[in-house]
Amino acid sequence: MTIRISAPSSANRGDVIELKAMIQHDMESGYRRDQYGRPITRDILKYFECHYNGEIVFRAELFPGIAANPFLSFYTTATESGTLLFRWIDQNGQTWEEQALLEVT
Amino acid sequence: MLSRLKISSAKANAMKLLIALIVFGTSLSALGQVQSQFYDKPDLDRSLVRSGTDFLTESTRQMQKDSFGNPGLLWVDQGKALFEDDTSTVSCDSCHEDRLTGVFAKYPKHDVELNKLTNIEGQINQCRTQHQALQPLKYESTTLLSLTAYIASQSRGMPYSVTVDGGVKEYFDRGREYFFTRRGQLNLACTQCHDDNWGRMLRGDRVSQGHSNAYPAYRLEWQTMGSLHRRIADCDVGVRAAPFASGSPEYLELELYLAWRSANLPIESPGVRR
Repeated sequence: MTIRISAPSSANRGDVIELKAMIQHDMESGYRRDQYGRPITRDILKYFECHYNGEIVFRAELFPGIAANPFLSFYTTATESGTLLFRWIDQNGQTWEEQALLEVT
Repeated sequence: MLSRLKISSAKANAMKLLIALIVFGTSLSALGQVQSQFYDKPDLDRSLVRSGTDFLTESTRQMQKDSFGNPGLLWVDQGKALFEDDTSTVSCDSCHEDRLTGVFAKYPKHDVELNKLTNIEGQINQCRTQHQALQPLKYESTTLLSLTAYIASQSRGMPYSVTVDGGVKEYFDRGREYFFTRRGQLNLACTQCHDDNWGRMLRGDRVSQGHSNAYPAYRLEWQTMGSLHRRIADCDVGVRAAPFASGSPEYLELELYLAWRSANLPIESPGVRR
Protein backbone atom coordinates (compact mmCIF):
# COMPACT_ATOMS: atom_id res chain seq x y z
CA MET A 1 0.00 0.00 0.00
CA THR A 2 1.81 3.11 -1.18
CA ILE A 3 1.14 6.33 0.69
CA ARG A 4 1.93 9.88 -0.39
CA ILE A 5 1.99 12.68 2.18
CA SER A 6 2.54 16.36 1.62
CA ALA A 7 3.24 18.37 4.78
CA PRO A 8 5.61 21.29 5.44
CA SER A 9 8.67 20.38 7.49
CA SER A 10 8.63 23.73 9.27
CA ALA A 11 6.15 26.54 9.94
CA ASN A 12 5.76 29.65 12.06
CA ARG A 13 3.56 29.39 15.15
CA GLY A 14 0.00 30.24 14.21
CA ASP A 15 0.45 29.52 10.50
CA VAL A 16 -2.35 27.68 8.73
CA ILE A 17 -0.69 24.73 6.99
CA GLU A 18 -2.06 22.58 4.18
CA LEU A 19 -1.76 18.80 4.53
CA LYS A 20 -2.35 16.32 1.73
CA ALA A 21 -2.66 12.56 1.95
CA MET A 22 -3.16 9.97 -0.76
CA ILE A 23 -3.20 6.18 -0.43
CA GLN A 24 -3.19 3.41 -3.01
CA HIS A 25 -6.43 1.50 -2.47
CA ASP A 26 -8.99 -0.08 -4.83
CA MET A 27 -12.02 1.16 -2.85
CA GLU A 28 -13.98 -1.73 -4.31
CA SER A 29 -17.60 -0.66 -3.89
CA GLY A 30 -19.19 -4.10 -3.64
CA TYR A 31 -21.67 -3.17 -6.38
CA ARG A 32 -19.62 -4.39 -9.31
CA ARG A 33 -19.52 -7.80 -10.90
CA ASP A 34 -16.60 -9.64 -12.49
CA GLN A 35 -16.50 -10.97 -16.05
CA TYR A 36 -18.38 -14.11 -14.98
CA GLY A 37 -21.18 -12.13 -13.34
CA ARG A 38 -20.13 -12.90 -9.78
CA PRO A 39 -20.35 -10.00 -7.31
CA ILE A 40 -16.98 -8.53 -6.31
CA THR A 41 -16.74 -8.33 -2.51
CA ARG A 42 -16.73 -4.86 -1.03
CA ASP A 43 -13.29 -3.73 0.15
CA ILE A 44 -13.10 -0.12 1.23
CA LEU A 45 -11.27 2.16 3.62
CA LYS A 46 -13.71 3.29 6.26
CA TYR A 47 -11.92 6.01 8.23
CA PHE A 48 -9.10 8.46 7.89
CA GLU A 49 -7.57 10.34 10.82
CA CYS A 50 -4.84 12.92 11.18
CA HIS A 51 -3.30 13.18 14.65
CA TYR A 52 -1.19 16.21 15.58
CA ASN A 53 0.86 15.28 18.64
CA GLY A 54 -1.79 12.73 19.59
CA GLU A 55 -4.76 15.01 19.07
CA ILE A 56 -7.14 14.40 16.15
CA VAL A 57 -7.19 17.51 13.98
CA PHE A 58 -8.98 16.00 10.97
CA ARG A 59 -11.13 12.94 10.51
CA ALA A 60 -13.12 11.57 7.59
CA GLU A 61 -15.51 8.70 7.08
CA LEU A 62 -15.27 7.08 3.65
CA PHE A 63 -18.04 5.34 1.72
CA PRO A 64 -18.32 2.94 -1.25
CA GLY A 65 -19.02 5.83 -3.62
CA ILE A 66 -15.54 7.28 -3.13
CA ALA A 67 -13.11 6.71 -6.00
CA ALA A 68 -10.05 4.47 -5.81
CA ASN A 69 -6.83 5.89 -4.32
CA PRO A 70 -8.56 8.54 -2.20
CA PHE A 71 -6.82 11.90 -2.02
CA LEU A 72 -7.62 14.16 0.93
CA SER A 73 -6.44 17.71 1.41
CA PHE A 74 -7.09 19.74 4.56
CA TYR A 75 -5.71 22.46 6.84
CA THR A 76 -4.60 22.84 10.44
CA THR A 77 -2.91 25.50 12.53
CA ALA A 78 0.74 25.02 13.47
CA THR A 79 0.83 25.26 17.27
CA GLU A 80 3.91 23.36 18.42
CA SER A 81 6.70 21.17 17.05
CA GLY A 82 5.85 17.52 16.84
CA THR A 83 4.53 14.66 14.80
CA LEU A 84 1.72 14.49 12.30
CA LEU A 85 0.32 10.99 12.07
CA PHE A 86 -1.86 9.98 9.14
CA ARG A 87 -3.91 6.83 9.63
CA TRP A 88 -6.29 4.91 7.38
CA ILE A 89 -8.58 2.21 8.75
CA ASP A 90 -10.34 -0.22 6.43
CA GLN A 91 -13.67 -2.00 6.86
CA ASN A 92 -11.98 -4.90 8.66
CA GLY A 93 -10.05 -2.72 11.07
CA GLN A 94 -6.70 -3.05 9.33
CA THR A 95 -4.69 0.15 9.54
CA TRP A 96 -1.97 1.90 7.54
CA GLU A 97 0.05 4.78 8.94
CA GLU A 98 2.55 7.38 7.88
CA GLN A 99 4.23 10.11 9.91
CA ALA A 100 5.64 13.52 9.19
CA LEU A 101 7.71 15.75 11.46
CA LEU A 102 6.80 19.39 11.83
CA GLU A 103 9.07 22.01 13.35
CA VAL A 104 7.30 25.11 14.63
CA THR A 105 9.33 28.26 15.33
CA MET B 1 -57.47 22.13 -39.13
CA LEU B 2 -56.71 18.55 -40.02
CA SER B 3 -55.40 19.50 -43.48
CA ARG B 4 -53.24 22.24 -42.04
CA LEU B 5 -51.73 19.74 -39.67
CA LYS B 6 -51.07 17.37 -42.53
CA ILE B 7 -49.38 20.08 -44.53
CA SER B 8 -47.18 21.08 -41.64
CA SER B 9 -46.18 17.46 -41.00
CA ALA B 10 -45.37 17.07 -44.69
CA LYS B 11 -43.23 20.21 -44.46
CA ALA B 12 -41.54 18.81 -41.39
CA ASN B 13 -40.81 15.58 -43.22
CA ALA B 14 -39.32 17.46 -46.14
CA MET B 15 -37.21 19.43 -43.69
CA LYS B 16 -36.00 16.24 -42.00
CA LEU B 17 -35.04 14.77 -45.37
CA LEU B 18 -33.15 17.93 -46.25
CA ILE B 19 -31.28 17.86 -42.95
CA ALA B 20 -30.54 14.17 -43.43
CA LEU B 21 -29.16 14.89 -46.89
CA ILE B 22 -26.98 17.69 -45.59
CA VAL B 23 -25.65 15.52 -42.77
CA PHE B 24 -25.06 12.65 -45.16
CA GLY B 25 -23.32 14.93 -47.62
CA THR B 26 -21.09 16.37 -44.92
CA SER B 27 -20.08 12.97 -43.66
CA LEU B 28 -19.40 11.85 -47.24
CA SER B 29 -17.15 14.81 -47.85
CA ALA B 30 -15.44 14.15 -44.50
CA LEU B 31 -14.77 10.60 -45.59
CA GLY B 32 -13.61 11.83 -48.95
CA GLN B 33 -10.99 14.11 -47.49
CA VAL B 34 -7.64 12.44 -47.74
CA GLN B 35 -6.36 13.73 -44.48
CA SER B 36 -5.24 10.26 -43.47
CA GLN B 37 -1.67 9.02 -43.18
CA PHE B 38 -1.12 12.51 -42.06
CA TYR B 39 1.39 11.60 -39.38
CA ASP B 40 3.10 9.25 -41.70
CA LYS B 41 4.49 11.68 -44.20
CA PRO B 42 8.20 12.44 -44.00
CA ASP B 43 7.47 16.14 -44.65
CA LEU B 44 4.79 16.23 -41.96
CA ASP B 45 4.29 19.54 -40.23
CA ARG B 46 5.17 18.43 -36.71
CA SER B 47 3.31 21.35 -35.15
CA LEU B 48 0.11 19.48 -35.98
CA VAL B 49 1.03 16.60 -33.69
CA ARG B 50 -0.88 17.02 -30.44
CA SER B 51 -0.60 15.03 -27.25
CA GLY B 52 -3.66 13.29 -25.83
CA THR B 53 -3.47 15.83 -22.99
CA ASP B 54 -4.89 18.46 -25.36
CA PHE B 55 -8.08 16.44 -25.76
CA LEU B 56 -8.79 16.03 -22.04
CA THR B 57 -11.10 18.11 -19.90
CA GLU B 58 -9.43 20.81 -17.83
CA SER B 59 -9.87 18.93 -14.54
CA THR B 60 -8.21 15.77 -15.89
CA ARG B 61 -5.38 17.86 -17.29
CA GLN B 62 -4.86 19.47 -13.89
CA MET B 63 -4.83 16.04 -12.25
CA GLN B 64 -2.00 14.95 -14.53
CA LYS B 65 -0.05 18.16 -13.92
CA ASP B 66 -0.38 17.99 -10.12
CA SER B 67 3.06 17.00 -8.84
CA PHE B 68 1.52 15.57 -5.68
CA GLY B 69 -2.01 14.53 -6.62
CA ASN B 70 -1.38 12.69 -9.90
CA PRO B 71 -2.51 9.21 -8.80
CA GLY B 72 0.00 7.59 -11.17
CA LEU B 73 2.73 8.80 -8.83
CA LEU B 74 1.64 6.14 -6.31
CA TRP B 75 2.91 3.56 -8.79
CA VAL B 76 6.04 5.59 -9.52
CA ASP B 77 6.81 5.74 -5.78
CA GLN B 78 6.30 2.02 -5.47
CA GLY B 79 8.44 1.43 -8.55
CA LYS B 80 11.26 3.50 -7.08
CA ALA B 81 11.17 1.39 -3.90
CA LEU B 82 11.24 -1.82 -5.98
CA PHE B 83 14.11 -0.45 -8.06
CA GLU B 84 16.16 -0.01 -4.87
CA ASP B 85 14.97 -3.21 -3.19
CA ASP B 86 17.91 -5.53 -2.49
CA THR B 87 16.32 -7.77 0.16
CA SER B 88 16.18 -10.97 -1.88
CA THR B 89 18.58 -10.27 -4.73
CA VAL B 90 20.82 -7.65 -6.30
CA SER B 91 18.82 -4.43 -6.74
CA CYS B 92 18.15 -2.73 -10.09
CA ASP B 93 20.01 0.42 -9.09
CA SER B 94 23.18 -1.50 -8.21
CA CYS B 95 23.70 -1.97 -11.97
CA HIS B 96 21.70 0.98 -13.27
CA GLU B 97 23.27 3.78 -11.27
CA ASP B 98 21.93 6.33 -13.73
CA ARG B 99 18.42 5.15 -12.82
CA LEU B 100 17.80 4.50 -16.52
CA THR B 101 17.34 8.16 -17.33
CA GLY B 102 16.19 8.51 -20.94
CA VAL B 103 16.14 4.77 -21.53
CA PHE B 104 12.35 4.45 -21.80
CA ALA B 105 12.43 6.75 -24.85
CA LYS B 106 14.52 4.23 -26.83
CA TYR B 107 12.06 1.32 -26.45
CA PRO B 108 10.71 -0.87 -27.98
CA LYS B 109 13.89 -2.07 -29.61
CA HIS B 110 15.31 -5.22 -31.09
CA ASP B 111 16.86 -7.46 -28.47
CA VAL B 112 19.87 -9.18 -29.98
CA GLU B 113 20.05 -12.01 -27.43
CA LEU B 114 16.38 -12.89 -27.62
CA ASN B 115 16.23 -12.00 -31.31
CA LYS B 116 12.90 -10.27 -30.94
CA LEU B 117 11.32 -6.89 -30.41
CA THR B 118 11.30 -5.97 -26.70
CA ASN B 119 9.68 -3.17 -24.77
CA ILE B 120 10.52 -1.97 -21.26
CA GLU B 121 8.25 -4.57 -19.67
CA GLY B 122 10.05 -7.32 -21.58
CA GLN B 123 13.42 -5.84 -20.67
CA ILE B 124 12.51 -5.74 -16.96
CA ASN B 125 11.54 -9.41 -17.08
CA GLN B 126 14.71 -10.30 -18.92
CA CYS B 127 16.81 -8.55 -16.26
CA ARG B 128 14.88 -10.37 -13.55
CA THR B 129 15.44 -13.82 -14.99
CA GLN B 130 19.01 -13.29 -16.24
CA HIS B 131 20.60 -11.10 -13.59
CA GLN B 132 18.40 -11.20 -10.51
CA ALA B 133 17.37 -14.87 -10.44
CA LEU B 134 13.75 -13.83 -10.05
CA GLN B 135 10.55 -14.99 -11.72
CA PRO B 136 9.31 -12.87 -14.62
CA LEU B 137 6.39 -10.60 -13.74
CA LYS B 138 2.95 -10.85 -15.28
CA TYR B 139 1.74 -8.11 -17.56
CA GLU B 140 -0.60 -5.69 -15.74
CA SER B 141 0.63 -6.89 -12.34
CA THR B 142 1.10 -4.04 -9.87
CA THR B 143 4.81 -4.82 -9.56
CA LEU B 144 5.51 -4.70 -13.30
CA LEU B 145 3.37 -1.59 -13.76
CA SER B 146 5.17 0.15 -10.91
CA LEU B 147 8.64 -0.64 -12.25
CA THR B 148 7.60 0.39 -15.77
CA ALA B 149 6.00 3.60 -14.48
CA TYR B 150 9.14 4.48 -12.52
CA ILE B 151 11.44 3.85 -15.49
CA ALA B 152 9.08 5.78 -17.78
CA SER B 153 8.99 8.69 -15.35
CA GLN B 154 12.80 8.82 -15.59
CA SER B 155 12.32 9.87 -19.24
CA ARG B 156 9.57 12.39 -18.54
CA GLY B 157 9.80 15.39 -20.85
CA MET B 158 12.07 13.66 -23.37
CA PRO B 159 10.85 12.75 -26.87
CA TYR B 160 10.87 9.16 -28.12
CA SER B 161 14.00 8.22 -30.01
CA VAL B 162 13.25 4.73 -31.32
CA THR B 163 15.13 3.15 -34.19
CA VAL B 164 12.88 2.03 -37.03
CA ASP B 165 15.34 1.02 -39.74
CA GLY B 166 17.82 -1.79 -40.17
CA GLY B 167 16.78 -5.00 -38.42
CA VAL B 168 13.77 -3.31 -36.87
CA LYS B 169 12.20 -2.31 -40.18
CA GLU B 170 10.12 -5.45 -40.54
CA TYR B 171 8.60 -5.00 -37.06
CA PHE B 172 7.92 -1.36 -37.81
CA ASP B 173 6.23 -2.16 -41.12
CA ARG B 174 3.99 -4.73 -39.47
CA GLY B 175 3.10 -2.27 -36.70
CA ARG B 176 2.21 0.32 -39.28
CA GLU B 177 0.12 -2.22 -41.15
CA TYR B 178 -1.78 -2.95 -37.93
CA PHE B 179 -2.61 0.73 -37.62
CA PHE B 180 -4.02 0.88 -41.14
CA THR B 181 -5.86 -2.46 -41.13
CA ARG B 182 -9.63 -2.52 -40.63
CA ARG B 183 -10.68 -4.98 -37.96
CA GLY B 184 -13.61 -6.09 -35.82
CA GLN B 185 -17.36 -6.10 -36.45
CA LEU B 186 -17.27 -2.34 -36.87
CA ASN B 187 -14.58 -2.82 -39.51
CA LEU B 188 -12.51 0.14 -38.44
CA ALA B 189 -8.79 0.79 -38.56
CA CYS B 190 -6.91 2.87 -35.98
CA THR B 191 -6.23 5.47 -38.65
CA GLN B 192 -9.91 6.18 -39.27
CA CYS B 193 -10.40 7.62 -35.80
CA HIS B 194 -6.92 8.82 -34.90
CA ASP B 195 -5.83 10.32 -38.24
CA ASP B 196 -9.11 11.20 -39.95
CA ASN B 197 -11.38 12.19 -37.09
CA TRP B 198 -9.32 13.43 -34.18
CA GLY B 199 -10.81 16.36 -32.34
CA ARG B 200 -14.36 15.18 -33.02
CA MET B 201 -16.70 13.77 -30.41
CA LEU B 202 -17.08 10.01 -29.99
CA ARG B 203 -19.98 9.70 -27.57
CA GLY B 204 -18.88 11.70 -24.52
CA ASP B 205 -15.23 11.80 -25.41
CA ARG B 206 -13.06 13.74 -27.80
CA VAL B 207 -11.07 11.55 -30.18
CA SER B 208 -7.33 12.02 -29.69
CA GLN B 209 -4.58 11.51 -32.20
CA GLY B 210 -3.77 8.19 -30.56
CA HIS B 211 -0.29 8.92 -29.27
CA SER B 212 1.33 6.64 -26.74
CA ASN B 213 3.42 9.17 -24.81
CA ALA B 214 1.32 9.11 -21.59
CA TYR B 215 1.55 5.36 -20.99
CA PRO B 216 1.72 3.60 -18.60
CA ALA B 217 -1.08 5.91 -17.51
CA TYR B 218 -3.72 6.21 -14.82
CA ARG B 219 -7.08 5.90 -16.52
CA LEU B 220 -10.13 7.17 -14.67
CA GLU B 221 -12.23 4.48 -16.36
CA TRP B 222 -9.93 1.78 -14.95
CA GLN B 223 -9.48 3.55 -11.60
CA THR B 224 -5.93 2.27 -11.76
CA MET B 225 -2.69 2.33 -13.67
CA GLY B 226 -2.51 0.40 -16.94
CA SER B 227 -0.07 -0.37 -19.72
CA LEU B 228 -0.23 0.82 -23.30
CA HIS B 229 -1.13 -2.71 -24.38
CA ARG B 230 -4.16 -2.72 -22.12
CA ARG B 231 -5.22 0.58 -23.68
CA ILE B 232 -4.78 -0.77 -27.22
CA ALA B 233 -6.81 -3.85 -26.27
CA ASP B 234 -9.61 -1.51 -25.14
CA CYS B 235 -9.60 0.14 -28.58
CA ASP B 236 -9.72 -3.29 -30.23
CA VAL B 237 -12.67 -4.29 -28.04
CA GLY B 238 -14.25 -0.93 -28.91
CA VAL B 239 -14.37 -1.85 -32.58
CA ARG B 240 -15.48 -5.36 -31.54
CA ALA B 241 -12.31 -7.11 -32.57
CA ALA B 242 -10.79 -9.87 -30.49
CA PRO B 243 -7.90 -8.19 -28.67
CA PHE B 244 -4.40 -9.66 -28.60
CA ALA B 245 -2.72 -10.47 -25.29
CA SER B 246 -0.63 -7.83 -23.57
CA GLY B 247 2.97 -8.32 -24.60
CA SER B 248 2.00 -10.08 -27.84
CA PRO B 249 4.20 -9.50 -30.91
CA GLU B 250 1.30 -7.67 -32.63
CA TYR B 251 1.02 -5.09 -29.85
CA LEU B 252 4.80 -4.77 -29.54
CA GLU B 253 5.03 -3.92 -33.22
CA LEU B 254 2.18 -1.44 -32.90
CA GLU B 255 3.90 0.06 -29.86
CA LEU B 256 7.00 0.64 -31.97
CA TYR B 257 4.97 2.32 -34.72
CA LEU B 258 3.16 4.52 -32.17
CA ALA B 259 6.43 5.50 -30.50
CA TRP B 260 7.77 6.59 -33.88
CA ARG B 261 4.52 8.31 -34.79
CA SER B 262 4.53 10.54 -31.71
CA ALA B 263 8.25 11.17 -32.05
CA ASN B 264 8.43 14.85 -31.13
CA LEU B 265 6.01 14.71 -28.22
CA PRO B 266 7.51 14.66 -24.73
CA ILE B 267 6.94 11.51 -22.68
CA GLU B 268 4.29 12.31 -20.06
CA SER B 269 4.11 9.06 -18.11
CA PRO B 270 2.51 8.77 -15.62
CA GLY B 271 -0.28 10.38 -17.61
CA VAL B 272 -3.88 10.70 -16.52
CA ARG B 273 -6.49 9.77 -19.10
CA ARG B 274 -10.24 9.45 -19.14
